[in-house]
Amino acid sequence: MSLLEVKDLKVRVEDNEILHGLTLTVNPGEVHAIMGPNGSGKSTLSHVIAGKPGYEVTDGEILFRGEDLLEMEPDERAAKGVFLAFQYPVEIPGVTTWNFLHTALNAQRKARGQSQLTSPEFLKKVREVAKSLNIPQDMLKRGVNVGFSGGEKKRNEILQMALFEPAVCILDEMDSGLDIDALRIAADGVNALRSPDRAMVVITHYQRLLNYIIPDFVHVMSRGRVVKSGGKELALELEASGYAQFEDAA
Amino acid sequence: MNLVLAKNETGRALSDSFAIARDRLPGAGKVAEARSAAFEAYERAGLPHRRIEDWKYTDLRALMREVLPLAPAPDAAALKRAAAAVKLQAIKGARRLVLVDGVFAPKLSELDGLEKGLTVRTLQDVLEAGDAALQAQLLTPDNANPMVALNSAMMTDGVVIEIADGLVLKQPLQVIHVANAATPAAMFTRSLLRLGRDAGLTLVEGYIAADGAEVYQAHDSLIIAIGDNSRLDHVRLVEDSREAINISSSVVTLGAHAHFNTFGMTSGAAVSRYQATIAFAGEHSRVETNGVNLLNGRQHADTTLFMDHAVPHCASREVFRAVADNRAHSVFQGRIVVRPDAQKTDAKMMTRALLLSDDAEADNKPELEIFADDVTCGHGATTGALEESLLFYLRARGLSEKEAQALLIQAFVGEAIESIVNDDLRELAIAATRRWLEARS
Ligand SMILES: Nc1ncnc2c1ncn2[C@@H]1O[C@H](COP(=O)(O)OP(=O)(O)O)[C@@H](O)[C@H]1O
Ligand SMILES: [Mg+2]
Repeated sequence: MSLLEVKDLKVRVEDNEILHGLTLTVNPGEVHAIMGPNGSGKSTLSHVIAGKPGYEVTDGEILFRGEDLLEMEPDERAAKGVFLAFQYPVEIPGVTTWNFLHTALNAQRKARGQSQLTSPEFLKKVREVAKSLNIPQDMLKRGVNVGFSGGEKKRNEILQMALFEPAVCILDEMDSGLDIDALRIAADGVNALRSPDRAMVVITHYQRLLNYIIPDFVHVMSRGRVVKSGGKELALELEASGYAQFEDAA
Repeated sequence: MNLVLAKNETGRALSDSFAIARDRLPGAGKVAEARSAAFEAYERAGLPHRRIEDWKYTDLRALMREVLPLAPAPDAAALKRAAAAVKLQAIKGARRLVLVDGVFAPKLSELDGLEKGLTVRTLQDVLEAGDAALQAQLLTPDNANPMVALNSAMMTDGVVIEIADGLVLKQPLQVIHVANAATPAAMFTRSLLRLGRDAGLTLVEGYIAADGAEVYQAHDSLIIAIGDNSRLDHVRLVEDSREAINISSSVVTLGAHAHFNTFGMTSGAAVSRYQATIAFAGEHSRVETNGVNLLNGRQHADTTLFMDHAVPHCASREVFRAVADNRAHSVFQGRIVVRPDAQKTDAKMMTRALLLSDDAEADNKPELEIFADDVTCGHGATTGALEESLLFYLRARGLSEKEAQALLIQAFVGEAIESIVNDDLRELAIAATRRWLEARS
């Protein structure tokens, strides 16, 4: 069974249709890249998969391990293993990163019928993960994303991904605003999480990221549709010729 | 007009109740005279209503309707229930003083091994056998405020605490008001805290209900005098029953180079009003007042502060956070007066309200009256709902809607709670917040 199946998805925001029938099938172990110009609907797709309010699905479906994802609350999706690394992670003053991560992990574990982690158990786990991602302990004591640099925010998203061990990871423009060193650290973090059971959907505007995270499949999105799919060579082709040809196709 | 209103059924019932209670109320001579004068003042005004500016958001004629009869002194069963109830706000290492249905309960209180320089007496003792100066200090609140006048007339018991010059107590003093109220009744308490010079204390006050206590009225007042170069940390937690009414007043005066840090949180009671007057009487003193209302259902909670900058070089900070759900109503009135002599005053007030439902209401009334020219004064206020983008981020990480809201609410009130210096007391406020959040999910 496929892990994630998006079938002929149509999505409206207010009065505008943004996705006009989008299809995407993701199997365990695969890494898919979705590329496309600004405004093509990449973030919209990621938001609808994660369950963000404000989007109206007018047609099509999204199945996660064969289950209707659109029927689930966002937290249910998270507990089942859907993870979105946000393009713009929000700042939450007054909630320490540490407390946030502990609360979130325990909420997911509770939903899955697993035991709650005590503070010492959680501490041990988060320390290991933070260390592997080169995240200083000090960052965990600060408010969630408050005063974090762009790179720190993205690393915090990857830290969560590593901690929650999701089945499907959707990474929305994780390269935006990162310099080459920060990008390499973040990409290493993502690559370390690649596994035969886990799938990744890497959304990006630029080919650059795909030098670090090598995809199995590349899909080109334009104006709310996937207009072309292929292997990793498609990314290089795009790099050379740009998006213009696909804009016309759509 | 007030005279007419005072003669309604409620007014008459209360007169009768005062007449009956009078013999039971402690104090003779001047004290008894003061009681009568206070009662007359109350009768003339009656319960405050919305046409009185200071009470426009808290119309006690509508919200309270009547003053309940005086609660009987607690019996053995009441004390037993009260002993179980105080566990709710128990803190390790504090010296506990307990009032049950408005009467001091020695058996539930810790009076042995008082530090040298610390004196604790009951209001009853002081009104009956105390020295005239102390009695006079207990009678200082004037009768202009009807609810204070009522309290002056009916005050039954309380604690009178004195801290000698130079004594800095490490151990917090905790005064817990437990309502047992087997039948609907009112308690009237008054307490006094005198801090000498170079002294220090942490005072915690709590209002809670014993098992089974539902409808009751807690009428309390507190007089605090902080001597020169002294520091008082004060925490106040109202966790009364959800059918109770709590009307409390405090009058605080600070000497020179004194410091008053106070935190109040109201998560209980159907209707509550906390009115505090804080007056600077000496230069170079500082006050931080932090308050939180956590309300749901049809709860109504009013915090009315009057910061009186009468002398130069003093600073005050007011931070207030209101959280209102369902049809709850939170009121904050903050009046700052800077008198002509009070140059170099630095007074700031910031209030924020979080409305969790369309029917919830938060009223904020700042009043700055500044009669000196070389001062820094300011106030700000915001009202809003929880941010959708933050809620979604949390939900995408596995938190349910209620859990996500709870985390953001904790963060919202956290800034005020952070002001509590003592770790155990901060934990107490966090625990009270958690109890409120758990009750709503
Ligand atoms: N909340 C919204 N309200 C109205 N239009 C929106 C909203 N979100 C996105 N859009 C529109 O949908 C289109 C796709 O946006 P988005 O999914 O963010 O694209 P991408 O991530 O590929 O840059 C854009 O034209 C954008 O203006
Ligand atoms: Mg985007």
